[in-house]
Amino acid sequence: MTASGLTGSDESVLVAQARQNDALAFSELVRRYENKIFRLALHITQNREDAEDVLQESFLKAYEHLDQFQGNSKFYTWIVRIAVNQALMKLRRRKTDKSVSLDEQFDTGEDTLVREIAAWDENPEQQFSREELGEILESAIQSLEPPYRSVFVLRDIEDFSTEETAQSLDLSIPAVKSRLLRARLQLREKLTRHFKRKGDNAFAYL
Amino acid sequence: MLTCKDFLRELSDYLDENLGAEARTQLEQHIAACPNCWVIADTTKKTIRVYKGMDPYPIPADVEARLMQALERKMAAKQPK
Repeated sequence: MTASGLTGSDESVLVAQARQNDALAFSELVRRYENKIFRLALHITQNREDAEDVLQESFLKAYEHLDQFQGNSKFYTWIVRIAVNQALMKLRRRKTDKSVSLDEQFDTGEDTLVREIAAWDENPEQQFSREELGEILESAIQSLEPPYRSVFVLRDIEDFSTEETAQSLDLSIPAVKSRLLRARLQLREKLTRHFKRKGDNAFAYL
Repeated sequence: MLTCKDFLRELSDYLDENLGAEARTQLEQHIAACPNCWVIADTTKKTIRVYKGMDPYPIPADVEARLMQALERKMAAKQPK
């Protein structure tokens, strides 16, 4: 069978075939998820070289440990978990000289969460080209600290549930929730600079 | 009566529609009476929306080629002789 013949195959069938050392089946699983895993790695590491390493290491590890994959979760969730761990390891290695740890308990005080309050247009993103919008969104994500960034990427970009995110990052559910809130509010703040309605005074409501 | 701080604490669950009916009504009453919190709820909702609609980022061809080469080497080593 050619790889393209597997395109419509059920994921659990592919996993079973890959476990029998079927290289084509595993290649099809890689093809299905490589774009998402690369984007995820890029978002968490914010570094193209690291993201490529994470991509390779994740799929190689998955192939090696395929017998440990429990059929009760989705293959995608499993590979994401591997990729997140690889990406966080990269970050830790790069940040060893800095004082901030990924596992550190962060201040969850609400006082500093909202600074600018200005209304946006209904579809503010339409004022920008796709390239401009992409740059605005990426640079806002980049400005988040890794603990917030990882939670936001999994919850709001990869569409993971709170529970799946907690599992993937080894965090408690309350920690996921409080980091998600802070991430969303910080991004809102960054985007307000670009998206606020023209002519509005930024502090008109205060 | 909810304060703005209470509102902020519940904002994520509100936007994710994870609140019970009573808590939801309280929040909606607060938003209706507090223009600042209305703006925060609206702009945070739009923030989430624009990120969800973000273009997929296709993997660069050279990155994919290197991934496939690495996998082939690994698979060749694992194949039963």
